[in-house]
Amino acid sequence: MNFPENLKYTKDHEWIRVEGGTGWIGITDYAQGELGDVVYVELPSAGAKLQQGKSFGTIEAVKAVSDLYAPIGGEVVEVNGDIQNTPDLVNKDPYGRGWMVKVRIADPAEIATLLDVEAYKKLVAK
Amino acid sequence: MTAKKTAFNDIHASLGGKLVEFAGFEMPVQYSGIIQEHLAVRTRVGVFDVSHMGEFEVRGNDALSFLQRMTINDVSKLTEGRAQYSALCYEDGGIVDDLLVYHCGSSFMLVVNASNIQKDFEWLRAHVKGGVELSDVSDAISLLAIQGPHSLGTLQKLTAINLKSIEYYHHVREKLAGVEMLISRTGYTGEVGFELYFEAKGHLARTVWSAVFDAGKEFGILPVGLGARDTLRLEMGYCLYGNDIDQTTNPLEAGLGWITKLNKGDFVGRDALVKVKEQGVRRKLMGFTLAEKAVARYGYPLSIDGSEIGHVTSGTFSPSLEQAIGMGYVAVEHAQVGGTVTVGIRGKQVPASLVRVPFVHKS
Repeated sequence: MNFPENLKYTKDHEWIRVEGGTGWIGITDYAQGELGDVVYVELPSAGAKLQQGKSFGTIEAVKAVSDLYAPIGGEVVEVNGDIQNTPDLVNKDPYGRGWMVKVRIADPAEIATLLDVEAYKKLVAK
Repeated sequence: MTAKKTAFNDIHASLGGKLVEFAGFEMPVQYSGIIQEHLAVRTRVGVFDVSHMGEFEVRGNDALSFLQRMTINDVSKLTEGRAQYSALCYEDGGIVDDLLVYHCGSSFMLVVNASNIQKDFEWLRAHVKGGVELSDVSDAISLLAIQGPHSLGTLQKLTAINLKSIEYYHHVREKLAGVEMLISRTGYTGEVGFELYFEAKGHLARTVWSAVFDAGKEFGILPVGLGARDTLRLEMGYCLYGNDIDQTTNPLEAGLGWITKLNKGDFVGRDALVKVKEQGVRRKLMGFTLAEKAVARYGYPLSIDGSEIGHVTSGTFSPSLEQAIGMGYVAVEHAQVGGTVTVGIRGKQVPASLVRVPFVHKS
């Protein structure tokens, strides 16, 4: 299982990559493995406001459906359209081409509340 | 209680199968992925460990009349070497279980759902009369299903008998991969396929499994878990006990009229089913498809014109059709192919078109 070190994680298995005031959000390798084949991803449109810890979309796999929880608050500035047409990118490349939304971070202080890679590894190992 | 393991358990684990508890057994839900496994069965060949299924043996002078009284299909039509899809019903016409009945010459074998083994056995035992010996041999039998267009080509390499000569719903006792077994041309996928019943021993499980995978290598054979077993059967509109049929549904409304032989003589549930037939069913199990990018799942509410009429009894994403499919009971006045119902999906009302099953047509 892959756990990139440059990301922050949530206990709900989302990741965020922060660059300046912008964050890219997706689900972890562990999460895609547990879900299995992803068939649809329902995401908000650009302009939508995310609130940390609140659901911002759903992900449908063959076997189950799961909510997506925002790792951070902010405004959606871009949505990954590729995963609407090719949802298995979420399975194949969860940290890369399977990203979901790009947000303008509202409050950088929220980043400190997220898990670092070691804490996330521990969570998954349980 | 810890989950039981089939004789293939070590193999599943070594292949990276994701093991989950199902009906008291530790079973693989998937290996490489449900969609990939599903398509392997539709286009090539796949192998399922379904050893969790239950098997009962029925012997004795009164075995035939006992089964004729307990099951809804006509057992007198069965001859040695044939199998029959059937069901057990309660007196009120509700379904105890659906099952296969095999005529094995001097005995019958019943194959029942894993989750119902104990319930079925007790139900049958309570009705035993006269010369009937009933035994639960579930733990002594391994069951592998080899399904898909190349299942025949795969298995033919491993046995002397001409597999083409085994007709649908027929079976033979033969050696395959050197192992004595019952080879049955049956399955739960809609594809050409075989089910192999043999003694539940670890070394036999390894022998048969590796021989089948060696033989199927050229066809791209894959191990298939319970996840794809469910998507494959739902594409064919096959009922799953506990979802589409149970003690509150009768076979006539479930689309199982074709196995309900009301004229064969008396059987448990007949009086109630005759009444249902005379009065006409009130609801029918219907298939539906969704046009939107959403998946209807078990338990989601179904409504017509804003009023709730029932729930989704089975629902999934169909890998063959690449859209969501499902089934549910619809009142007869609305149960028209081409009609529309709505499925409540997380608070959203999503339109669904009623369609004829099977969803996927096989030649």
